[in-house]
Amino acid sequence: MDRVKSFYSKNREVSRLIIIMIAWLVFMLLTQAGKFFTGANFLTMAGQFPEYGLMALGGMLCMMTGGIDLSVVGTANMTTIISVYVMNWIFGVDGTMPAGFSVVIFLIAVLTGCVVGAFNGFLISELKVPPILATLGVNQLITGLCIVITGGSAVSSFPKQFCDIFSSNLFGVIPVRVIVFILVAVIIWFMLERSTYGTKLRLYGSSAHVAEFSGINTKKLVFKTYMTSSVCASIGGLMMLSTYASARADYGSNYTMQSILLIVLGGVSPNGGKGRLSGVVAAIILLKFIESGINRFRSVSTYYVTLIWGAVLILALVIDYFSARPKKVKVK
Amino acid sequence: MSECLLKAEHIQISFGNVHALKDVSLEIVPGEIHCLAGENGCGKSTLIKIISGVHQRNGGTIEFDRKKLEKITPIDAINMGIQVIYQDFSLFPNLTVAENLALNSELASGKKTISWKNVRKIAEEAIKKINMDIDLDEKVSRLSVAQKQMVAISRALMFNAKLIIMDEPTTALTKKEVDALFKIILKLKEQGIAILFISHKLNEVFEISDRFTIFRNGEMVATGSTGELDDKKFTYYMTGREFADKTFIPEKVTDTPIFELRNLSLEGSFENISLSLRGGEILGITGLLDSGRTELALSMFGLKPATSGEIIRNGKPVKITNPREAIASKIGYVPEDRLSEGLFLQRSIGDNIIISEIDSLKKKNGQFDLKKRDEEVDRWVKEFEIKTKNPENPATTLSGGNQQRIVLAKWLACNPDVLILNGPTVGVDIGSKHDIHAILQRLAQKGLGVIIISDDLPEVIQNCSRLLVIKEGSIVAEYDTQQVKEQMIIDAMM
Repeated sequence: MDRVKSFYSKNREVSRLIIIMIAWLVFMLLTQAGKFFTGANFLTMAGQFPEYGLMALGGMLCMMTGGIDLSVVGTANMTTIISVYVMNWIFGVDGTMPAGFSVVIFLIAVLTGCVVGAFNGFLISELKVPPILATLGVNQLITGLCIVITGGSAVSSFPKQFCDIFSSNLFGVIPVRVIVFILVAVIIWFMLERSTYGTKLRLYGSSAHVAEFSGINTKKLVFKTYMTSSVCASIGGLMMLSTYASARADYGSNYTMQSILLIVLGGVSPNGGKGRLSGVVAAIILLKFIESGINRFRSVSTYYVTLIWGAVLILALVIDYFSARPKKVKVK
Repeated sequence: MSECLLKAEHIQISFGNVHALKDVSLEIVPGEIHCLAGENGCGKSTLIKIISGVHQRNGGTIEFDRKKLEKITPIDAINMGIQVIYQDFSLFPNLTVAENLALNSELASGKKTISWKNVRKIAEEAIKKINMDIDLDEKVSRLSVAQKQMVAISRALMFNAKLIIMDEPTTALTKKEVDALFKIILKLKEQGIAILFISHKLNEVFEISDRFTIFRNGEMVATGSTGELDDKKFTYYMTGREFADKTFIPEKVTDTPIFELRNLSLEGSFENISLSLRGGEILGITGLLDSGRTELALSMFGLKPATSGEIIRNGKPVKITNPREAIASKIGYVPEDRLSEGLFLQRSIGDNIIISEIDSLKKKNGQFDLKKRDEEVDRWVKEFEIKTKNPENPATTLSGGNQQRIVLAKWLACNPDVLILNGPTVGVDIGSKHDIHAILQRLAQKGLGVIIISDDLPEVIQNCSRLLVIKEGSIVAEYDTQQVKEQMIIDAMM
């Protein structure tokens, strides 16, 4: 019991999410056990969350600096469109892509992410544009660019081997997309907890001014952070491509909001300086459980999902506000 | 003694298990300037809050103007003539001076509409009382700290105050502004208003007050007339410790300078500053608030790169255009404002200590060496006797003196050859101040070159071997601290 208590006090955000998760799972067990607790359903859920989960992982880093990345979806779509054009250019619309070429596609994604992220970083650290405006502007810019390139329509004819690989399940039970997600999560965890970057990031997030006085290379830090975020978003884009089997300038537009919801729900303070990977990962899984659970109820329309997301986000912010306030000292 | 205006006896109060005030008494006679002194956390502010009705005492009696006070609210206190001017002045920054001054009486009149003519009249009357020259239509947010304070004082005077309590009023003021404030205080005294002046600065206590009371740890340790007080007694009452004041004499000084400036200039701030520092020396730089002393410090550390001139380390010119280059040249900088420049207040003590040396705490494979990090943190916590149960607690949990030790530790962890300190003991209690001075002297004896930039003259005279005076961006005087008198320095600064 003591161990549970000390775990709770050390991991408040994660614990809160785990408690909600257990409560929800019990509720599903009592009401929709037959439909929810099936292997197929879990497989579906696991295949879906990496898309926006990856965006949330990168966006988390930006929020820990006290900033925000609103360009994740634009970056993801940019990546899918570039990838599809590259595939068509090399192999032809009806050609076959060898599986090994996926590595090249990933490199393209990383490169696209680096370019977009560096642009964000440039606007934010060199020109001192507030992150919310810089990334919003960049998102509009690259979305617009994608619309121009594609003429606004979906590109669905391209070698589909890439989609086949990433929408498949390893050994029939582990979606490849989850493996990609886990790999990225491990890299981010390493950056945060096992490299000096994590300490610098958190300190920068709690005061950029003091960071400057302490000799931290703040510009480099901001560049690195926004580039990492965009690379994560790009890889998220590849996951989207494998799901939809087509690329378009405006796919997944609600993922921006959703990824921010996940980050805040995961205990990352929008003021910066605070946050842990475990919280965000727990939030990602919890939200998928809730979304999928709601879909099991025939009487609740899927249209409600957005409404529920909004409510959960506001609730998380309210809880954040109340738990951040210092406890009042009682006067005897 | 004549009749008391305020007579507080045997006041006790506790918050939870903490006895903030154990048994303190305070007497103030009409028209006197009474100084209440004590280190942070000694209960000064708590007593004010009891007198002004914010907190309710657990025991003791308070008599004001021959009336016994039982349970009072802040409004009662104001009606009886007790006014408190807090450090933040409680003004509305988004309103004009006139609005701030007239707001209370306009609200009290109960009318739903505002008569702007009336507002102006009230405000004009209010500022006349202290002969203040100020634009009534200026927004308060655009005023200087001193001007805000004047507005707060004139507001306090509108309510027929008999006692005005000022909570550390000089903290953010320049020397000139302090003088102006003291003039007003003396004028108020002439009008028969008693002033309770809260301060922990020795020279202010001597300069302004008739009588003093000193608290330590929630107890009254001394009270009496200021004439009987001296430097040594004051420090002893404040801290309960005795310190030997020993002027610093460098022992091991390097033959050649380790750090030099040659005609360093920063446009609009300072011009043609040349100086040299040997290892083992402590060099003082003093000057008024806007003399360019802070800009000079920022330039030496690369935060405001100089526009011309040279910085020389061990005889070789070095380029310092950002703090990283300064650190690479083994220069450390303890900034002026600990809270906004020196410390990540919300982050752990440990992170604060290691942040500037963090890149040297990597393993060969680039990984963050967490074991080495913890060892470093432990080492500095022990070395500087930082009082904390757990170095992973946030820096906010520490007192000013301990916080300043963190900032020192952070720079010493980088193994600097030159350490520049800007106001090293601002807002630090007297006990820690002496400890920090002792640390700096010890470091210099070990060969570190130290530059102390400060307007605390006793501090620079006692700790530095040489002293430069900067005025309007140029060095105007250089003294040997063994021979200099405080007045000479003041004359050079002004």
